Amino acid sequence: MTTQVESRTAAPNRQVLKNVTIRFAGDSGDGVQITGSQFTNTTAIAGNDLATLPDFPAEIRAPAGTLPGVSGFQIQFSSSDIHTPGDQPDVLVAFNPAALKVHVGDLAPNGILICDTSQFDKSHLAKAGYTTNPLEDGSLSKYRLFSVNITEKTLVALRELEALSSREKVRCKNFYALGMAYWLFNRPIETSLRWIEDKFKKMPEIARANVLALKGGYAYCEMTDTFQAVAYEIPPAPTSKGLYRNLSGNEALAMGLVAASARSGLPLFYGAYPITPASDILHELAKHKNFGIVTFQAEDEIAAVAASVGAAFAGSLAVTGSAGPGIALKSEAVSLAVMTELPLVIVDVQRGGPSTGLPTKTEQADLLFTLFGRHGEAPVCLLAPATPGECFFYALEACRLAVKFMTPVYLLSDGYLANGAEPWRIPAAAELPEFPVSFAVNPNGFHPYSRDAKTLSRPWAVPGTPGMEHRIGGIEKREVTGNVSYDPANHEKMTVLRRDKIRRIAAEIPPLVVEGDQDAEILVIGWGSTYGAIRAASELARARGIKVAVAHLRHLCPWPANIGEVLKRYKKVLCPEMNLGQLSLLLRAEFLVDVIGLNKMQGQPFKGREVLNGIINVIDGKPVPQPAEAAGRGESNNECDSGA
Amino acid sequence: MAPETSLPVLTAKDFASDQDIRWCPGCGDYAILNQVRKVMAKMGTSRENTVFVSGIGCSSRFPYYVNTYGFHTIHGRAPAVATGVKMSNPELQVWVITGDGDALSIGGNHLMHALRRNVDLKILLFNNRIYGLTKGQYSPTSEVGKITKSTPFGSLDHPVNPISLALACEATFVARTADIYQQHLQETLKLAASHKGSVFIEILQNCIIFNDGAFKDVTDRANRDDKQVMLEHGRPLIFGKGHDKGLRQNGMEVEVVQLGRDGVTEKDLIVHDAFAQNQALAYMLSRVESPVPMGVFRNITRPSFEMRAHAQIDETMKKYGKGDLDKLLKGKETWTVN
Repeated sequence: MTTQVESRTAAPNRQVLKNVTIRFAGDSGDGVQITGSQFTNTTAIAGNDLATLPDFPAEIRAPAGTLPGVSGFQIQFSSSDIHTPGDQPDVLVAFNPAALKVHVGDLAPNGILICDTSQFDKSHLAKAGYTTNPLEDGSLSKYRLFSVNITEKTLVALRELEALSSREKVRCKNFYALGMAYWLFNRPIETSLRWIEDKFKKMPEIARANVLALKGGYAYCEMTDTFQAVAYEIPPAPTSKGLYRNLSGNEALAMGLVAASARSGLPLFYGAYPITPASDILHELAKHKNFGIVTFQAEDEIAAVAASVGAAFAGSLAVTGSAGPGIALKSEAVSLAVMTELPLVIVDVQRGGPSTGLPTKTEQADLLFTLFGRHGEAPVCLLAPATPGECFFYALEACRLAVKFMTPVYLLSDGYLANGAEPWRIPAAAELPEFPVSFAVNPNGFHPYSRDAKTLSRPWAVPGTPGMEHRIGGIEKREVTGNVSYDPANHEKMTVLRRDKIRRIAAEIPPLVVEGDQDAEILVIGWGSTYGAIRAASELARARGIKVAVAHLRHLCPWPANIGEVLKRYKKVLCPEMNLGQLSLLLRAEFLVDVIGLNKMQGQPFKGREVLNGIINVIDGKPVPQPAEAAGRGESNNECDSGA
Repeated sequence: MAPETSLPVLTAKDFASDQDIRWCPGCGDYAILNQVRKVMAKMGTSRENTVFVSGIGCSSRFPYYVNTYGFHTIHGRAPAVATGVKMSNPELQVWVITGDGDALSIGGNHLMHALRRNVDLKILLFNNRIYGLTKGQYSPTSEVGKITKSTPFGSLDHPVNPISLALACEATFVARTADIYQQHLQETLKLAASHKGSVFIEILQNCIIFNDGAFKDVTDRANRDDKQVMLEHGRPLIFGKGHDKGLRQNGMEVEVVQLGRDGVTEKDLIVHDAFAQNQALAYMLSRVESPVPMGVFRNITRPSFEMRAHAQIDETMKKYGKGDLDKLLKGKETWTVN
């Protein structure tokens, strides 16, 4: 497509930066998330490494202009390898006073601050709790403030579109701001132009409006002298060769399930009930019915898992997905899958709890629940990807283990992984692990609870197979025959068998790898989405001459075989988690190691500096701040600012 | 499944599993089990393509006693599990065995949704108006004032009418029969087996231990002619020992009238229409408490859920081609690093 605005025009002297963190913030109706994801896609295609942090309220439209209604999207992008969405934004785009109020405290000193002045009227200022206009009272003097009437400029850019109401035109202001951001960081606008054309295919006027807004914002910066001083260039990051795309955790997870279906030869059945932040997995899978996928939006969480158990019995690759409250409701049916030894993958996109908690915010507090939250001795397998891209591979792995060992497998993602995105090297389908499944079909000597000597898994004989008719259920099984049995000795034997079967999975798991300084005094051990922050912190520490060893668990049950040996190799073990110490508890209990917890419960991922601080405290023999005393965590990190 | 050239002829015995039946002697469940096995044989059902799914309760032990595939699941969730089985493999004939507590109390939600979706499940609700397996508490179909262990001063809650509920959920096949009506039960089960879509059959069933004689007034030979009315499609609703009483519509009510009295003739009576798309008449009849209507309230066709789900998959395959994993992995926007 031809564009009137020639994109990527070099400013006379663009300053080259290694990495930048931008945050867009506005009302939840301002299109902040779209702006952020557009900037992300474009940046990914420009070849930078990146990490994102969408942060939005649970309410679809909280009262306009209020603090609870503020939605934010942060992205760090870089010409080198990065692991987090950035500790501190260098640029803040605020669409209204409330967004400014909520986020300006995080902005780096001398950071670029762009505000839409149209929203800074008396009433909006009052809603945000400002008594004077911060754009005029000098309170923002430590930042490089650009007061721009984005709304009015958008209307001007769109004046030729007579068919649209001014309300419809104003809604394009996010693309005007996006155009500005593209110019400031020398991003091409074509990716977004293509997205607009595709998205508004059926509404050509709206498409045109957004195109004009995007180009208008870009041209405005190009033509305005004041912006020439803040024109930057972030060269592409050197990465391994290959074909790349940008990918969020939920997309990756859904694709991993599709891949598992293709690589196992089993039709995928996904039973789910809408819940934040897991719904996008259902949305994504529902798009791909041409892969033979059955998606079932059930009447409730229990039906979603129960139907999945039924589908597993009937021979599908059965998966259910949810978040905290839904996972709790699924508990009894997961027990049924444990007892009937059926393959079932349960995706838990963790969010802040308990109860409704913080639906749109991230947390890692379901570890103990998924490990133990069933009645009776009900062992399951637990996996946790560490990055959005890993969600793909661990979804595949969860399915492989579930069918190989005829067991439920929990896959623990979280809100940060689910909505966060990163560049992802696209694998060829043929490179992916293949695990063709063969059902039991030979009636000679068939017993539903006979076991494979190596894996201890039972045969999977599915309805429709002649001669293999059998009955299963939640009542304890006689070993081998699977008949109902209340025999005390048999129950104990079956309980131990179910446990041992899960333990046998350890033979399939790669050893825990220690990255960084093998001879360090301190080992930082984590799981799930804290990986990026831990990596960033260890690099910051190393830059200061502190030796740090890092190990990250993707397998939480069973453990990698060498974990005990790894833990005992280090004098001090620090375990950062977004909970009050659940992995710490497990490691202490099982390996008798004095693990020190670094815990955060703010619905936000760790910053690299926060983990660095923990490392420094442990090295110095000082106590690590605990959540109750950590209200001032931000201020206490000052000594680390230079490293960020 | 590939069609076989010579199908073995199965008898009711072939549908008996090797497990000892553990219902109380005299339980109404035995009679239902026998009729189900007979119907399986008579209908030429293949064992391997049949699945019995149950919840929890006395009746839910049923699958262990039938030599087909079976899944004894968890309390109330049988319709949901069965939905997964049926969606996964629409070729299977899937029966759901449930009780009044299982289907109408803990599992009320799943029953409602299975019926309104019209999943092709044959749901048999054994209604004995009591919790048997937990040794005698009142159930959602117990009459008000029921004295049980959990209600020593009488139960307070208004009972649910299973037929009204199923009709409100727009189930496509709704019928009532009783454990002791061997012939009627068998005929109803046959209709169920050949119906495409969700079947709901309330089977009045006696619990000899905790609620003996629950339906005695209705089903005993001495009473039944006066206490029940048989619903037969296209026939006027006549009942009574002397075929002298009938049901007449009066506004929104159904009233009992004496034939021959005040000039009332058969022509004044309601003529049953089981195939009516609108379930208003069936619903009105479901509200009649005496005589108790027995038989098929409603029998209509509507595309079943699992067929529609698979048709949608086929359509998308036709429209977009069979899924290509490499294409999916690439997505819309990519870039190459050399």
